[in-house]
Amino acid sequence: MNYGLSAAWSIAWKDLRTELRTKESLNAAVSFSLVVLVLFSFAFDLGREELRSIAGGLLWMVFLFASALIVNRGFSRELPNDCLDVLVASPVPGWSIFLGKAIAGFVLIMMVELISLPVFGIFYNIHWDGAFWMIVFVAAIATWGIAVVGSVFSAVTVNVRLRELMLPVILYPILIPLLLGAMQLTGALLNRESIFGDNNAWLRLLIAFDLIYTSLALFLIDFILVV
Amino acid sequence: MREKTVYTLGLIGSLILLYNLFTVFMVLPDEAMQGAIYRILFIHVPAAFAAWILYTVALVGSVMFLVKKDFAYDSMATSCIEVATMFTLVNLVTGSIWGRVMWGIWWAWDVRLTSQLICFLLYLGYLLLRPAVNEPTQRATMSAILSIFAFVDIPIVFMAIRWHDARTQHPAPVLETGGLAPEFKGPFWLGVLSFILISGAMVLVRLHQENTRREMDSVRREVHAL
Repeated sequence: MNYGLSAAWSIAWKDLRTELRTKESLNAAVSFSLVVLVLFSFAFDLGREELRSIAGGLLWMVFLFASALIVNRGFSRELPNDCLDVLVASPVPGWSIFLGKAIAGFVLIMMVELISLPVFGIFYNIHWDGAFWMIVFVAAIATWGIAVVGSVFSAVTVNVRLRELMLPVILYPILIPLLLGAMQLTGALLNRESIFGDNNAWLRLLIAFDLIYTSLALFLIDFILVV
Repeated sequence: MREKTVYTLGLIGSLILLYNLFTVFMVLPDEAMQGAIYRILFIHVPAAFAAWILYTVALVGSVMFLVKKDFAYDSMATSCIEVATMFTLVNLVTGSIWGRVMWGIWWAWDVRLTSQLICFLLYLGYLLLRPAVNEPTQRATMSAILSIFAFVDIPIVFMAIRWHDARTQHPAPVLETGGLAPEFKGPFWLGVLSFILISGAMVLVRLHQENTRREMDSVRREVHAL
């Protein structure tokens, strides 16, 4: 167990270092999310009240598109030089490989979100009123779900033709409950509501989604990686 | 033997369906509130029932494939999902037509409609993924994983949007509320039976095609190896 966890950490750290040196998907995801934020501001000419009602949705669309770019690279990064085969053949258990990939994905997506969130605040004149860190908290819970499901399907589609197209087609519908919850909570926070009172159910939904899919993924990952 | 089963199932299912359509259109009176359009119920609900049964069978097939690595289970799962996705589409389209007449709109984002649509999209993704993988074991494993994930997702979606919009426009399930008049019950269950039989026949046809395709595939591989 301890060995598996430290192996997972090594894999996550390896991925993060590779990514931070090349910044290939990070740069792409950050610039992509900025472009989408700008495009949205043209697409919707919003007054303050209107903005409040849809800001949560806007923000999560941006995060979702950007995270598809990140998780897509998760396993396909290992394809050149047959690194994936070596990784699977190594004595590291399958769940460690998956967990490492999910942690790396989580950190990278969070980085993109932490960059685009202030930009979103500037472009759309958001008054955070202390909601910023609560939104980051909600984002962290939701991002873990995206990273887990994203890593599973990154592994599933790694050898698939048209991988970049197939991943979103599968990933987005599965993430719908998670996105619903994240959008509701973010919207509530921007409206200065608490996420615990009436919105507690959404928070529980996010946590339940994370738990269900993390355990399902850890359980099924060996079947995915051996083929 | 197999062909006989297909023909028998299909024939009995079609005969019941024809008989039922006759009853529904010629014998049953218009409903008091809805007029003639309520008849869509006899297509709409059986299609959903057939789809749900097949999705469940597909889930069992997917889990069994992962456990036993027997391709017969993969063929079963994919045949079921293909037919079920078509029936889900029938369910969505008939529901949409009914909604246009009764509500004046084609679509409403409420609980049942949304979860059924997402169900359709998830399994459509499944059907899109399959042809994109060349290696049979890989294809079967990935399909099985996706089928399990999709099956887990639908109850979550259903719950999630129930909180979001409890004011559902969709009529309450006729069976639970007892909203079905006694003379409608016979045709309703006959409709369900006919859809199940027909979908069974379709699955068997697809199953046969899948098996044949796999056999041809392995022969082709063997020839290549030589």
